[in-house]
Amino acid sequence: MGIRFVLMVNKQGQTRLAQYYEYLNLEERRTLEGEIVRKCLARTEQQCSFVEHRNYKVVYRRYASLFFLVGVDNEENELAILEFIHLLVETMDRHFGNVCELDIMFHLEKAHFMLEEMVMNGCIVETSKSNILSPIQLMDKAS
Amino acid sequence: MAGPSLMDSLFQRSLDDIIKGVRLCPPGTEPTFIAKSLDEIRREVKSTDRQTKAIALQKLTYLHCLHGVDMSWAAFHCVELSSSSAHSHKRIAYLAASLSFNPSTTDVILLLTHQLRKDLSSSSVHDVSLALSTLSSICNPDLSRDLTPELFTLLSSGKPFVRKKAIAAILRVFEQYPDAVRVCFKRVVENLESTDVGILSVVVGLFCELAVKEPRSYLPLAPEFYKILVDCRNNWILIKVLKIFAKLAPLEPRLGKRVVEPICEHMGRTGAKSLAFECMMTIVSSLSEYESAVKLAVGKVREFLLDDDPNLKYLGLQALTIVAQKHMWAVLENKELVVKALSDVDVNIKLEALRLVMSMVSEDNVMEICRILISHAQKSDPEFCNEILGYILFTCSRNFYEVICDFDWYVAFLGEVARIPHCQKGKEIETQLIDIGMRVKDARLELVDVARSLVIDPALLGNAFVHGVLAAAAWISGEYVALSRNPFELMEALLQPRTGLLTPSVRSVYIQSAFKVLIFCIWSYGKLNGDDASEPSALTESVSKCDLEGTSETVVCESLSDTEVDNENMIIAGGQTSSASSRKYRLTKESIMGLVNLVEANLGPLAGSDEVEIQERVSNVLGFIELMKPKLHGPLGDGEGDEMKGKLEASEMVKLMFDVFSEELGPVSLSAQEKVPLPDGLVLKENLSDLEAICGDVKFPSSTSFSLIQPRILEKDTSSFPECNEESGPSTESTSLLAEHRKRHGLYYLPSENKGTTFNDFPPAHEPQDKTIDEAEDLVKLTEESLTSKKKQNHIKPRPVVVKLDDGEGLNMAVEKSKVKTDLISGAVREVLLGNEPMTSSSRSKSSNKSSKRREVDRIPESGNDIVNTAISEGSIAGSGRRKHQTHSKERKHLSSGKEKEQHDHNDKQKRDSRHHKHKSRQRAEGGINVPVQSPVIPDFLL
Repeated sequence: MGIRFVLMVNKQGQTRLAQYYEYLNLEERRTLEGEIVRKCLARTEQQCSFVEHRNYKVVYRRYASLFFLVGVDNEENELAILEFIHLLVETMDRHFGNVCELDIMFHLEKAHFMLEEMVMNGCIVETSKSNILSPIQLMDKAS
Repeated sequence: MAGPSLMDSLFQRSLDDIIKGVRLCPPGTEPTFIAKSLDEIRREVKSTDRQTKAIALQKLTYLHCLHGVDMSWAAFHCVELSSSSAHSHKRIAYLAASLSFNPSTTDVILLLTHQLRKDLSSSSVHDVSLALSTLSSICNPDLSRDLTPELFTLLSSGKPFVRKKAIAAILRVFEQYPDAVRVCFKRVVENLESTDVGILSVVVGLFCELAVKEPRSYLPLAPEFYKILVDCRNNWILIKVLKIFAKLAPLEPRLGKRVVEPICEHMGRTGAKSLAFECMMTIVSSLSEYESAVKLAVGKVREFLLDDDPNLKYLGLQALTIVAQKHMWAVLENKELVVKALSDVDVNIKLEALRLVMSMVSEDNVMEICRILISHAQKSDPEFCNEILGYILFTCSRNFYEVICDFDWYVAFLGEVARIPHCQKGKEIETQLIDIGMRVKDARLELVDVARSLVIDPALLGNAFVHGVLAAAAWISGEYVALSRNPFELMEALLQPRTGLLTPSVRSVYIQSAFKVLIFCIWSYGKLNGDDASEPSALTESVSKCDLEGTSETVVCESLSDTEVDNENMIIAGGQTSSASSRKYRLTKESIMGLVNLVEANLGPLAGSDEVEIQERVSNVLGFIELMKPKLHGPLGDGEGDEMKGKLEASEMVKLMFDVFSEELGPVSLSAQEKVPLPDGLVLKENLSDLEAICGDVKFPSSTSFSLIQPRILEKDTSSFPECNEESGPSTESTSLLAEHRKRHGLYYLPSENKGTTFNDFPPAHEPQDKTIDEAEDLVKLTEESLTSKKKQNHIKPRPVVVKLDDGEGLNMAVEKSKVKTDLISGAVREVLLGNEPMTSSSRSKSSNKSSKRREVDRIPESGNDIVNTAISEGSIAGSGRRKHQTHSKERKHLSSGKEKEQHDHNDKQKRDSRHHKHKSRQRAEGGINVPVQSPVIPDFLL
């Protein structure tokens, strides 16, 4: 399925956005997030951005105080996922202007819509920033 | 509960209020705040005002996402709100649904079907896109079935924005409802020729997902993928196409030949590391037989390894691990980089390097690698140290110690590993020590030595991690005490005061081992004094096992050392092992008495232990000593009257105990029972209910008292039956019935072998076991044979026999997992792509291979200036292309839309131009034949 989940977590380990592409119940989500956050946040800048966890590969990247963590299955190309994370951040940057944790907190819905434009069913469906943002901009205009 | 009021709507808190509220919460009060907000939401969500409802749902979704609040109760409200005409409300509702619905349990999903259908056919692309996203996350089989027609329409939508999402959503629908493949697959395939990057990206992604599960079905599409591979310049798409070829190439060798060149080109040209990495991985995993390509790829791997970026280093090591399976030279070339990576700052990189090093292990280098790794482990942090140890232990023990030739070395190595300060692998070492003891007879001597040094070291007792190892060592010392250099010393070690630090379970092993050692000593002593002269055969056999060569010198402990030396008395028969000359200790009456006293003194206090295991075993030992003591005290030298008798009794008792312990318990395979052959004519699976009807209340003899008493009565009453004394039953009547029944249905019964002596019909219980042992011995011989034939010349020592029970042991029984749904998808795909023939894909592709080969032969003389090479490779592509082509020609008959028809004609024309006329006519003919067969599958709305 390619991407299995996308998480955004702050330095304290609090989840700021969680999008799963396969159904997990609340309890499973909480444990999974806890385990992954504990594993990834303990790592330093000099270490690589890939962590194997259960049957996932977790590709993560830190931007300021936010960690972006993407869980993928074993077939996925790690470097491409890193690029995807970067694209996601750039897209958010373009929309919010220097995106920060608070932007995502207060516009969680929008963050979800952006992800929705980029990823469907675990597959990356759009990689152009303007294409990703155009429906959201339309929506903003309408409201 | 009060109904929602106007007040609620007017003074409803917004999502922002909630977020701020949560943030302002003093520590600890957050749950209260959330609970309070939830109460509000529960009220608000029932409001008839859509706006109020929407905001309530929005807040709930937020709390659900970030604070783990359950919102399954609000499922129906999501459905309600989704029918709102306002796009923003719809968005909130669908987002809530896709984030919280469980596709398999949320039952209101079905209520959403209608709304989804409406939105999928909406004129607003945003509504459609919203519905598609939602569908892809909450899809279940019912929803898939009901919405397939709408999706089918969207798959050829003129708006790329919608079309690409429909393609992404269809994957989930295929998984849930494989019949949708028959309807939609062709339209999906058409999109492979799309010029829109977005659409192409999605459709390639879709095929990538499908091909991972069952690649063979997608071979016919290879020409389309090839075109994308060559023409496309988008890295995202190329990565996915490469993944597809990685799956397809191993299935069709000519395909590999064709794609290897463009892949190498991409790898050389691209500046994107992700694409280069993908090319590299494709080559090393699927095109490893193309030497030059692998060389290029390994060069790239080296670049990655040399890079400062830890990510590239990590991935480089991973790629190298894959190369290593077929091209060990690649690892050797980069050996120093790999070893360097073992001391990287990143534990993940270290682990990869470790895995890679372990993959290099063979029987020739295992000792060297282990030595290097151990020295590395001692320098590393405890965590990684244990990783290394775990890997070493795993690799060495793999497949019954496959890589180990020198077990003496390995056993000593295990002892060494156990002493490494951070070692937490005690459990594993314990298992392996005992396992080797049982399996490898030749290693026992060394094993006993290692065990001795472990048991004797008082420092180890304080380390809880090695307690398991100590238990194994103690067990080995006791079990193979006959091989021990000095049982007295062993006994002292087993009873040393620091054993109090052991856990009760380990301690009881110690006590039991001490018991074994004690008995062995007393027995040897008795033997030495010629007590057993009267006892012939049984002992001499067991003596041959022990290679004790008692002479003089080296006395155990001070308490025993002041005895006189009597050389003659010390010689024990046997002593065949030449190396045992160093095994010397004294066996005199005093030394034995000293030993007994030592045991008594040390174990006595434990007789009152709270731990049952300890208490029980100590009681055993003490009880035995109690029995033996008076008899040992007597002057053993002069044999007179009663004393002589007592001694004899004692020696018999010792012998009995010795026999108990010296009998080796062979391992029994888990599947031993299965190996007992079924007697001829025995039908086990037949229904025996008729038997029950005949002797409903018969109880088969279970207690011996029955069978002892009954036969006499039987003889009197039912003398007419000659076999009656073979059988025993509780009542004469039923017995006779049973006997009669036996006569009639002889084949239901097990044959009784020795008539007249057995009272019941069941075969003796020990029989199958005997057979197993025989079989185990046969296997030993077999493995021996196979090993000798395999043995390499350069080994100085022959590899000792490792007892394996059977093939089933140790191997995990691979249970075939039924992938019904995948099979359904690929089955349907094959049907669509290859035509509706009841042929399996393999046979089909074979036949097409043949035909394409035939074509090659035809072609070469036709077009003389064609290079043979291209003819062959094109042949492969064309061969699979033909099959794809069929679908097109079929489609043409079915599709009514003129526009599409035109498009297809155009496509066909393009293709035809590049091919030969002969080929074309063939495909036409075949397409024509296939149409009638295919047509019933196509549902009505296709026409």
